[in-house]
Amino acid sequence: MADNIEVKQVKLTAKDFATDQDVRWCPGCGDYSILAQVQRSFPDLVDVKKEDIVWVSGIGCSSRFPYYMDTYGFHGIHGRAPAIATGVKIANPELSVWVATGDGDLLSIGGNHFIHACRKNIDLKVLLFNNRIYGLTKGQYSPTSEKGKKTKTSPYGSVDFPFNPVSLALGAEATFVARCTDRDSKHMQQMIKRAAEHKGIALIEIYQNCVIFNDGTFDAITDKAVKDDMLLYMEQGKPLLFGKNREKGIKIDGAVPSVINITEIGNSIDDVLVHDEFDLSPVRSTILAHLADSPDFPTPVGVFRQIFRPTVDGEIHRQIKEVKALKGEGDLEKMLFSGNTWVVN
Amino acid sequence: MIKGKEFQSLSEVTVRFAGDSGDGMQLTGSQFSDTTAVWGNDLSTLPDYPAEIRAPSGTVYGVSGFQLHFGSMDVHTPGDRPDILVAMNPAAIKKNLPELKQGGMIIANTDAFDSKNLKLAKYETNPLEDNSLEGYEIYPVPITSLTFKALENSKLSQKDISRCKNFFALGLMYWLYNRPLDQTIEWIKNKFKNKPEYIEANKSALEAGYNFGENTELFTIRYQVEPAQLPKGTYRSISGNEATALGCLAASVKSGLPLFLGSYPITPATEILQYLSNYKNFGVKTFQAEDEIAGITSAIGASFAGNLALTTTSGPGLALKSEALGLALMTELPLVVINVQRGGPSTGLPTKTEQSDLLQAMYGRNGDSPLAVIAASTPSDCFYMAIEAFRLAIKYMCPVILLTDGYLANGSEPWKIPHANELADIPVKFWTDKETYQTYLRDEFLSRPWAKPGTPGLEHRIGGLEKANITGAVSYDHDNHDLMVKLREQKIQNMVCDIPDLEVTGEEQGELLLLGWGGTYGAITEAVLRCMKAGYKVSQAHLKYLNPMPGNTGEVLKKFKKVLIPEINLGQLAMLIKSKYLIPVEQFNLVRGLPFKSSDIEERIIDLIGGKI
Repeated sequence: MADNIEVKQVKLTAKDFATDQDVRWCPGCGDYSILAQVQRSFPDLVDVKKEDIVWVSGIGCSSRFPYYMDTYGFHGIHGRAPAIATGVKIANPELSVWVATGDGDLLSIGGNHFIHACRKNIDLKVLLFNNRIYGLTKGQYSPTSEKGKKTKTSPYGSVDFPFNPVSLALGAEATFVARCTDRDSKHMQQMIKRAAEHKGIALIEIYQNCVIFNDGTFDAITDKAVKDDMLLYMEQGKPLLFGKNREKGIKIDGAVPSVINITEIGNSIDDVLVHDEFDLSPVRSTILAHLADSPDFPTPVGVFRQIFRPTVDGEIHRQIKEVKALKGEGDLEKMLFSGNTWVVN
Repeated sequence: MIKGKEFQSLSEVTVRFAGDSGDGMQLTGSQFSDTTAVWGNDLSTLPDYPAEIRAPSGTVYGVSGFQLHFGSMDVHTPGDRPDILVAMNPAAIKKNLPELKQGGMIIANTDAFDSKNLKLAKYETNPLEDNSLEGYEIYPVPITSLTFKALENSKLSQKDISRCKNFFALGLMYWLYNRPLDQTIEWIKNKFKNKPEYIEANKSALEAGYNFGENTELFTIRYQVEPAQLPKGTYRSISGNEATALGCLAASVKSGLPLFLGSYPITPATEILQYLSNYKNFGVKTFQAEDEIAGITSAIGASFAGNLALTTTSGPGLALKSEALGLALMTELPLVVINVQRGGPSTGLPTKTEQSDLLQAMYGRNGDSPLAVIAASTPSDCFYMAIEAFRLAIKYMCPVILLTDGYLANGSEPWKIPHANELADIPVKFWTDKETYQTYLRDEFLSRPWAKPGTPGLEHRIGGLEKANITGAVSYDHDNHDLMVKLREQKIQNMVCDIPDLEVTGEEQGELLLLGWGGTYGAITEAVLRCMKAGYKVSQAHLKYLNPMPGNTGEVLKKFKKVLIPEINLGQLAMLIKSKYLIPVEQFNLVRGLPFKSSDIEERIIDLIGGKI
């Protein structure tokens, strides 16, 4: 009997999120990995319906992303993705709103929107494709390019000092900040799912290789030969260990970090900082963020910080609800005839 | 009452209150306006204040003024020249005397005419005493000391007592023009709800001013301005910015869509954001953005998500929004942009009025980027034009720019309030059928479907890259681009069938037509009416739709030997008219940061007609 038919929710697969558009990134681009990890992670997002997902982007290679995701998508203008996404989220808080952006788009032309989206804690998930170069304009230095970098617009070496995106986000009061690389697909999927679950702004900085204009820029960190020593996988509640045999650890004296070898006499695992993503103080996460600036330290990946603070989109709707309860649903006729009125007979 | 105080009947009066930025002149003026409106006069107001919040006291550039013109007949302008000036200090006389009518009255606060203030106003001798004001009627009143005397038992500080002097001046003006005090007393009670000592002090100052008029021998005549013959109905006094905000609210109710406003504070548009922030019980979402660009782009996002999207700004802000406007018209999403024009270019004159953003609104973007441009003509017209902007934006799926200006925004007039059920509904149709959906499918108006996120099966991507017509896929096809550029233009031109014809006041053909647009309506109307009365053959037409213009515009213009276009810019409408209709036009351009004086336009008309009657 019809009444007995069990309707099973069909679980979506990665394929369900692919569009019919040909993906037009350069062969070997790190963006392919990001697209694949997003498409693989999204079926696992509980409570998020496909039709409720919106991808917003700005301009740049990364910003073609929405065209390749079979969700709602908005390919915006340069730098403005966080602001467009903010409007989407405030207009309809039921939507799961994602931003695909790059280092030029988010940190240069869009820097203002980014820091304010962090401060306001808009419930957006921001995937920063950081390749430390302007790719779509064919190779100029970006706000994350290292000082001294030779590019088409810096033939004698860039004189700019780069942003540390994680530190910037922490400084702008972002409530969820993480980093991963395009080479570690499992870890990236974990980060995507963690971000999706976070209520508030979530930044994931993704180290992404540009094969054409900045090939190998992260090799010193992510290459097989060095990654054990140069990547520090942060895990909640666990000591910050790295190295082939996890023999090295991060110690903090006051606010000064150092690398210690716990197998050496005088050092112990108890000296190593235990990672606490939920620490309300931003001090330790900021110290960890800046480890990436120095070749003497490993580059941390994982969740730097997750705290909980009301979102501006949530607060706007809370106020509307409260004012409606207080004043009653708005009545246009009453509103028009309010204030000092007089009658002419 | 002292005998000999007689009423003289007047049909109209123009009053100007002037004093330091901190003297409360805007408040005094708006209280006088409200009372006068309720009394039944027609009126129009012109607040005129410096950009500085508290400019150094006593200086000429720190003078804040409020002018109002009221009468027992139809009033179209705030008045060319004041009949009476209330001057709270010497600088107020210095600044305003050139505007005052010959033989006009000056009520001067003599307490403020000390050597320091005279020096600050650059007077070598006291103008009240050196006969330099000969030809004016001077009424010296020690307003400050009389206020102190009236409040001698008040527990307020000296500073606070001194701040009550504007209510003394207001009370005196109420006496002079025979207006009741109760309206203002109610206002005081409401304003200082939790501060009884302030209620008492301000009320006492107000009454003391009124009684001073009654008892002094200085004034022998009072004036009576009978109520105007206004159409029956319920009225309120409304400013352009308030009317704009109410119009947006009405559009939200009438479309059934929640209003989203993304905006960044900018003079003189900020008030719209302030008003709308109060209407939360209507579900209005106001987002005070980090900058002008975030104001418009957040609104574009909200429109994509299915809200009624609005951004408000003034000239420099519109410049910042240019690129995003292109995005809105490329993605073919409904969006209303309200530009309260101010003096430009650059920062220009932030608190002064101008009409110089017409060409920016028309063309200030990259690429061929047509959008609808409309303009309000009076403060209360802002209400209807705001609703109209949303109607067009939704029906034609495109951005619409509504131009108002600083004069309309801050000026106020009595408004016969419409009932909510007299306002037409704004139909909205969200696409839901996934079988037939295509992103750039076209309806009979060439509009594409509005499909909002959250609708199963309609997942689609839009953006600033050119899209293939119908399918909406990214397209670099040359012929498709040519088609889309033309479609976007055609969509705007299709509105011609949907907007009212241009109406002519006066003869439909003849010697001279005055063609105006936007906030100059009142001044042009008054000038034309006066010329008609004097027997000149002159007609008037006023454009509220600038892109597209009404279908009969060319026809109307060609029936006149001469067309005169007065504009508070260098001739931006004139340029559009000349290029579109290939006719010669006469221009009248004054860019002083002030509304036109109707007398200036009148002179120009007589000049053109050559004194022929």
